[in-house]
Amino acid sequence: MNPRETLTFPRSEAAAEAAARPEAEAETAAPVISVEDLAIAFPSLDGRETVKAVDGVSFAIAPGETFGIIGESGSGKTTIGRALAGLLPPTGGTIRYDGEDLRGMSRRDWRDRRRRYQIVFQDPNAALDPRMTILQSLIEPMKIAGGRSAEEMKAEAMRNLDRAGLRAELADRHPHELSGGQKQRVNIARVLPLNPRLIVCDEVVAALDVSIRGEILNLFAELQREFGIAYAFIAHDLAIVAQVSDRIAVTYLGRFMELGPAEAVTERPLHPYTAALLSAEPRPLPAHLRAPRRIELKGEIPSPVNPPSGCRFRTRCPHAQGLCAQQAPEWREVRPGHHVACHFAGPDGLVEHASQQSSAKTDTGGDHR
Amino acid sequence: MKDMAPDSPLLRVEGLGIGFGARRGRIALRITEGVSFDIARGERVGLVGESGCGKTITGLSLMRLLPGNARIEGRILLDGEDLAKASPPRMRKIRGKRIAMIFQEPMSALDPVFTIGAQIGEALTLHETVTRAECRERVVEMLAAVGIPAPEKRHDEYPHQLSGGMRQRAMIAMALICKPELIVADEPTTALDVTIQAQIMDLLRDLSERTGTALLFITHDLGVVAETCTRMITMYAGQVVEDAPVDAALTRPRHPYTSGLLRSLPQLNRARGEFAFIAGRVPSPAAMPAGCRFRSRCGLAGPGCEAPQALERVEEGRLARCHRAPDLDLPGAVA
Repeated sequence: MNPRETLTFPRSEAAAEAAARPEAEAETAAPVISVEDLAIAFPSLDGRETVKAVDGVSFAIAPGETFGIIGESGSGKTTIGRALAGLLPPTGGTIRYDGEDLRGMSRRDWRDRRRRYQIVFQDPNAALDPRMTILQSLIEPMKIAGGRSAEEMKAEAMRNLDRAGLRAELADRHPHELSGGQKQRVNIARVLPLNPRLIVCDEVVAALDVSIRGEILNLFAELQREFGIAYAFIAHDLAIVAQVSDRIAVTYLGRFMELGPAEAVTERPLHPYTAALLSAEPRPLPAHLRAPRRIELKGEIPSPVNPPSGCRFRTRCPHAQGLCAQQAPEWREVRPGHHVACHFAGPDGLVEHASQQSSAKTDTGGDHR
Repeated sequence: MKDMAPDSPLLRVEGLGIGFGARRGRIALRITEGVSFDIARGERVGLVGESGCGKTITGLSLMRLLPGNARIEGRILLDGEDLAKASPPRMRKIRGKRIAMIFQEPMSALDPVFTIGAQIGEALTLHETVTRAECRERVVEMLAAVGIPAPEKRHDEYPHQLSGGMRQRAMIAMALICKPELIVADEPTTALDVTIQAQIMDLLRDLSERTGTALLFITHDLGVVAETCTRMITMYAGQVVEDAPVDAALTRPRHPYTSGLLRSLPQLNRARGEFAFIAGRVPSPAAMPAGCRFRSRCGLAGPGCEAPQALERVEEGRLARCHRAPDLDLPGAVA
């Protein structure tokens, strides 16, 4: 049986569907994963306080979709990714895998289902045992999954090695003999035989040189076209996320600030935080092509132990008003498929009331004052 | 900037070669070769390239912070004085006073058992005669100048009590306390979040403009260079391959490697789709090819590229190490 045949979802179709009817996506293409009011809390080091790393996040990812998650460190984006891959139990809310809540399931059933939700980490070495050959590393997940003979596993491993663009002779090498890019290819090749529905890509190219990042990102895109894999693409680099994602969620202090189609989020952001992130991104452009001024964000991300009252971004927001401290903004759909958590966001303007001349309809996105 | 520069540059690096494993005066492993560039007073220069190109080790060599088994060839002229030949006591007088350094990871450069104030003050007391009260006053002033809130209080705190961004500001304060003429900053914002990175970049640029301190910005992030520097030096496999004003290099690179790097960058306003990249890998210093070092990865390689390439003037104020540079029209960051 070729496990890949079961899933061929042309990316463009799925993506177009998701973009066209986002609110109906649950019905049209049953999401590979849906998250409702997800909360994940950790005890602080001294055990006296609770760190709310993720605090009330809801979204669904369609088959074959790339769902980008951006945010600064401490925003909870990595924690969300780990929860999606089943590596962290939610402390609140539900995660449905292909519509199923895995809680209360027997361990065996849970593992069978969870297997199709994989994760690739930032550090190419994270999943590779330095003492195992590449071939052994490729076979390991299949061994755990079971159901294949040794020959089948080896043949499948070699097929995937080739599919990931690596020469067959690398199979007998050890991780230290490979470059970072090659190791990241091995990490991708490892999860392919599990026939993944979703791969969480946690900063997968952050550790690689700029010149070879494109190679790895292209590989992810090819595999998605071929096998209809959905990605939760987590990164702090806005430019990369913008270029790979169908939709983008912007996280801040454990909550989503904004969620919408990638182009809309990067070109006509609704939330002041998104606009600030966009304007902070250093652009490799000559001076006359860069936005003239940067939106300056004062200070740093507050502690998730004691998040600010009301809107969590208000302590750094250039547009904050009295209301922002008293009331947490509702999660509203301001444009079709484009959600935001800000009292002052409207469909046409970034912050419609706080400043008159704030124009969100600029080409570069976010160079408002 | 350029027009204000006096006749002699602040720093002139000439034929700098750094190697390891020297035996009978011969270097076995060459990391950089023939690196030459100038930095004018107050100028902000970006030194870019991918990992392994020799940019960090070049930065360390300016401060003579290389490991003991390293060998230096060539000259490092600071106002005409050759630092490559300076004695250790002489270097201690220069290090921190005339050239200071900022590292990528502030936590590894700060000592966890001393307060922030003590560590910044140490740099000051090493180079100047000041009373304790004066020292404290100047450190607090400096902390305020680099944008640390409540500097009086922070003065007596330990590194772990500060956030990453604040630690990097403390590092900058330490580098600036003796008003050096040149700051070597090695990936100073790489470990920071993008909004904090923007704050630190603005701070470095403003301080450099205000105090006239020259800046050598070592980074792989061409966006940071575009926004902070006036000139960009591209290194590849231990050599300088291009040296040009930033905007000119971004718009119209004259070396295929610079062009490849620029095209590899994802850009916000670019349509979704295929990413560009440079195929292949940087050659290892142990197996450096003769001739053009970029040849094996260069889509434009042809006859003549098997010969060693010289860094030559291609137009006013621009150098490139490619014999085809005069004829090539290479794409830059602007499509």
